[in-house]
Formats: sequence, structure tokens, C-alpha cells
Amino acid sequence: MADLALSAAPVTPVHSVLRRFLTLVLIHGVLIAGAIFMLAPFVWMLATSIKPPAEIFSAEISLWPKQFYGLQNYGFAMEKAPLLRFALNGVILCGGILIVQLLVAIPCAYALAKLDFPGRNALFVLVLLGLCIPVQVPAMPLYIALAQLGLLNTYFSMMMPFFLSVFAIFLFRQFFRSFPDDIINAARLDGMSEFEIVWRIVTPSAWPAIAAFSVFSAVAHWNDLYWPLIVISDAKLAPPPLGMMFFADAETGSNYGALTAAATILTAPLVLAFLVARRRFIDGITMTGVK
Amino acid sequence: MAKVALSSIAKSFGPTKVLGGVDLDIADGEFLTLVGPSGCGKSTLIRIIAGLEHQNAGSVAIGGSSVDHLRPHERRVAMVFQSYALYPHMSVGANIALPLTMSRLKLWQRLPLLRQLSAQRRSVMRGIEADVEAVAAQLQLDHLLARKPAQLSGGQRQRVALGRAMVRNPDVFLMDEPLSNLDAKLRVHMRTELAELHKRLGATFIYVTHDQVEAMTMSDRVAMMDSGAVLQLGTPSQLYEKPASLKVAQFIGSPTINLLPAATAAGGRLELFGRPLALAVPLAQGEAVALGIRSEALSLVQGEPGGNGRAWFSARLRRKENLGSEYILHFDLAGRDAAGVTMRATPAAAAGVNEAAEVTLGFDETAAHIFAADGERIEPRGQGAATGSVVPLRA
Ligand SMILES: Nc1ncnc2c1ncn2[C@@H]1O[C@H](COP(=O)(O)OP(=O)(O)OP(=O)(O)O)[C@@H](O)[C@H]1O
Ligand SMILES: [Mg+2]
Repeated sequence: MADLALSAAPVTPVHSVLRRFLTLVLIHGVLIAGAIFMLAPFVWMLATSIKPPAEIFSAEISLWPKQFYGLQNYGFAMEKAPLLRFALNGVILCGGILIVQLLVAIPCAYALAKLDFPGRNALFVLVLLGLCIPVQVPAMPLYIALAQLGLLNTYFSMMMPFFLSVFAIFLFRQFFRSFPDDIINAARLDGMSEFEIVWRIVTPSAWPAIAAFSVFSAVAHWNDLYWPLIVISDAKLAPPPLGMMFFADAETGSNYGALTAAATILTAPLVLAFLVARRRFIDGITMTGVK
Repeated sequence: MAKVALSSIAKSFGPTKVLGGVDLDIADGEFLTLVGPSGCGKSTLIRIIAGLEHQNAGSVAIGGSSVDHLRPHERRVAMVFQSYALYPHMSVGANIALPLTMSRLKLWQRLPLLRQLSAQRRSVMRGIEADVEAVAAQLQLDHLLARKPAQLSGGQRQRVALGRAMVRNPDVFLMDEPLSNLDAKLRVHMRTELAELHKRLGATFIYVTHDQVEAMTMSDRVAMMDSGAVLQLGTPSQLYEKPASLKVAQFIGSPTINLLPAATAAGGRLELFGRPLALAVPLAQGEAVALGIRSEALSLVQGEPGGNGRAWFSARLRRKENLGSEYILHFDLAGRDAAGVTMRATPAAAAGVNEAAEVTLGFDETAAHIFAADGERIEPRGQGAATGSVVPLRA
């Protein structure tokens, strides 16, 4: 029996198991290398934030400090910089932008995906073109307009350029395309207006896409330094990166322990939010539509 | 309750002409079926009646007045879709209740937060709940009201879709192939249920299918469509017994009608395989015609064939199909360039025929349907006037 089976199989079982194992090792090796490369700065930031100044500048590389200096660093950062204020500004900024982006982009995307009107395809091409324009291009005119209106140094001036997200329109439009027409028609027969169809029927099915976009949007604006730097000079309104800059400029310029401690505190909310929403985020990226 | 009148409805999608002037009058409380091959425009027509699609020409009247300017929900029609089209994130109860909340609550009473301010909302919602429960009880959905559509079987989803249509108490039910996603057994069961529902509600039903058995078994009248036109409108038996054209004859009836090539001889007399028949048609000599013979009209001939207005031809058995109560026998026409024929036979008769045996098949000449080369039905001379009324819509 055994002889027969062996002579029939072109590759011996031991061989194929070994090959599968080596493939796995190779794939995981590449992935682990990539992960280390991405995570190293974070780990370094965490390590630095608990080291005393002497160890930060010592030539030897170690992840764990000989003398635990975390309390002092974090205490100093919390005391000297209004970190909670920066974080709150970040939340207001990201939340305000995201809400308006969704309110604008979802109806637009629905119209582009499901309504028939002349010029629809031309409009969609314009949306695609909009994807190609970086924020730096309209920065100048926007700044002048905001200055003329006396709106510099407000939350509104920080949010306004991002209210209309062509990326969101594009993403949701692709998602809504796969929504069954029959359900929309049934809703029309049941007496729903197009606005109610958008918000009560189509949007609830788009949760994965909304979650994915929310992560993109929040990360981008939480970490944005460029635009707040242009329109904000008041430290009370500064979002996290700008706040960090103000903090570093003042007395702490070279206190890297305290700086990394502050950076850790300001990165933490995003990382936590991502970990909580991870499943939905991945669903949204892989675009599983409704059935 | 309402009658539905369609007058010269035409519709094109860009350059594709889908409907070319459809006229249909559907009586109050009638069960009318639109039947036809895939792509003939049935769905388009029913969507125009619902107001989901706009016709390029013509007009739709429901209950005697034109509804062309009305939006779908103002037309007092309800529609059941082939895909059920249930709202995926709402429970069965919410699905059925939705048309009622839309019609009985004002916009501000439906908005989140704001709706808490409404004093009447409570009592209206209670009324809606009672109506939903009544409909759910009729359809045996009571125990499923809290489930989501994804947690239901196909047949249950189908019933929820029906419930959502019924709860509005519409004048007209529009159904676009509502049974085609169900398995064969459930389909037969739902056929009966739908027919009974129609009787109980007394509403007008317009039903789309491409299954001729559904069309034959459920309807008061059937409209057979092809390429955007109604070929024939009549009761199921009219369509079966007097098909107005070759296409209708081929579509209605299972197994498909047998077609035998015949030709006219002098004086319009027909010849089948070179043998003269008693039939004569008003056509010139040498014209080719098709004789349509239903499979139950054929019989095995023992002994001397012919005579008494009976035609015959010889055939060779290819295959027997056992349906339990009867057999379908498939024959080849030996040596002739014609497709094979099928015949229904009792088990006893079928037992007498052996595979590859040559037999003689006969039929009563009056049972033959005669079609000209262009597919139109021709009545044999001296017979046509006497038989029932057929409404051929395409002259
Ligand atoms: N939105 C549309 N745009 C372009 N052509 C369309 C559109 N909707 C339908 N058609 C075309 O119209 C014709 C009729 O379509 P319809 O859906 O009415 O067919 P049907 O009779 O319901 O067929 P089936 O039995 O397969 O459902 C088809 O040829 C189809 O390709
Ligand atoms: Mg269809």
C-alpha cells in the first residue's frame, strides 16, 4: 500500500511540507521586516520618552533605560504644554471636518452613482480631476479670502478648505454603485424622497466605507501641520502638530525626553481609535458591498 | 379598486427601441399576466406603470384618470420585485411598516430627535403596528417580525415583500417575476397562494413572468409580448387553443408545439409530406406553411392510416420520458428534413412502442394550427368564422 502511494505521488509529502514551510517563513520574514521598519520610529519615540537626558544622548543603543525617567518627562510635558488643549483642538478640527465632509460627499456620491441627469459623467470626470489637485495649489487664494473676511485664527479657517472632499465623493460613489437599484425603487414606491433614501436606506449600508474614510480623514487632519501653520498663530487654537511646534520653540527646545513624551500623548488617541475601528476599516478598504 | 389603461406606450433607451406603442386595457380586479421571452420589455412596461421609468410616448391611466404626472407612491400601486428589494438593515416589521410610516407621519415626525416632540406620533405608530401585525398574520410572518432580511429563507423574504406591498392596501399590485428566485416546489406553492391572495383582496394584479406555466395557471388574461409589442391578448385557453402567431404557439404550452412543414397545392389545399389533406387555405399554390400540432393531439395509429379527416406520417421513437402519470415520447421523422415531434401518451400506450421502432402517428386535421411563412395564423377555408374570438393585436 505504502509503496504504491509513494510511487504514485510525484513529490514526497516531506518535500512539499518543507516547501510550504519555507514559503511561509519567506513571506512572514518580509512582512516582519516591513513592520519593524514602520514601527521603529514609534518604538524609539516611546523609549526616548522614558529616558533621562543623559541616556538619550549616550552612544550606546538600548530600548529600556537604566534609570526610569518617564514620570519626570511626562510630568514636565503635561505641565509646560497645554497638551489636552491641543488634543481637544484636534478633536474639534477632525470632528468638524469629518461631519461636513460626510454631509456633503454622501448626497453628491449618491447623485453621481444612482441618479440619471445630463452631464453626470462630465461631473464625475471633474471629481476625478479634483483628486489630482494638491492642497498647496489653492492655499494662497484661500488664505487671502480668509484674511479679507477676518476669519484667520478661527476653527472655521482651519476646517474650511477641507469641507469638500473629492476623495470621499469618489470612494462613496464607487461604494453606492453596487447598491441594488430595486431597493431604491422600492423606497421610491413607498414614498421616500431622494434625501430620505440617501440617509435612511443607502447610508446605513455604507458603514464600512464611512468608517474607512473617517480613519483616513481623521489621521490626515490630526497630523496636518501645513494649513494650521498658515492660518493659526494663537497657541490656544493649535491642533497637535502645531502645538508641538509651539512647545518645542519655547523653553523645551532640546528636552527630547519631554518632547517625545508630548508626542506620545498626542499620537495615542489616533492609535487607540484605529485599534478600536480596525475591523471596519479593513472591511471598508476591501469594499465588501451589500447583498 | 381600479382599472388600468395603457395607450400606445413607447419607450426607447437611447437608440434601442424597447416598447413600440403598447395598448392594454386591464379590468378592475383582473389578474393579467405579461409573458414573453427575456428582453422583450415586460419589466420596462411594468416599471412605466409604476412610474419608476418614464415613457417617451403614450399614457397610463389608473382608475380612469391619467397618472403620467404622478410620482410612484402617488399612483396607489405597489410593486413586488424579483430580488425582493427588502431594506437590508431594517427588521421584517420595520420593512412592512415603512410604507405606512411614510404616508401617515409627516416629515418632521419621522426625523430623529424632532419626532419625540410629536404628541400624535404615539397613537399613529400604534395604528401602524396593528396593521403590520394583521398583514403579518395573513402571511404567517408573525414570529419573524424582529428578524433581519438576511436571516430569512427565500420564501420568507418573498412573503415579506408581499406584506410590504399589501399593507398599503393598493389598488394595483405590480409583480415582476416574484417567484423566479424560488425553488420549483415553493414556486408551485406560492403560485396557489398568490392566486388566493388575488381572490381575497380583489385588487388588480399585473404579473410579469417568462414562465408560461405561471401565466397559464394564475391569470384571468395573458398578454404575450415579444420585441416590445403585444402579440396576443386573451384568456389562457384562447392563447393555447387559438395562438395568433407562430411565436405565441411556440411559447405557450409544454412540451413545445410540434411544427410540421406543409405546402399548398392547387386550390390552396394543403399537402403534408406529399400526401393531400382535407384542409384548404386562402393561399396561392406552392406556398410553404407550418402545421402546429400539440403533443396531446398526436396519437399512435394501428392498422390502416388515413381517412375521416385524419392525417398521418411515420416516425421513429428516439426516447421515452416518464412523468409518472404519463409519458412524453420523442420521435424522429425518418428521412425528412423536419425537427422531431413529441407526443403525450398514457403509460399503457407508451409500453407498446419500442425504441427505434417505426410507427405511424396520426392527428385530427381540425386540431392543426396553420401558420403562414411570416408566422401569422391562417384559418382553413370554411372553418375560421365559426370558432371563438381571438384578438390578434398585430395585423
Ligand atoms: N436602463 C436601460 N438602459 C438601456 N437599455 C435597457 C435599460 N433597461 C432595459 N433595457 C433594455 O430593454 C430591453 C427590455 O428590457 P426588460 O428588462 O424590460 O426585459 P424583460 O422583458 O423584463 O426581460 P427579462 O425576462 O429578462 O426580465 C432589453 O433589451 C434591455 O437590454
Ligand atoms: Mg424583467
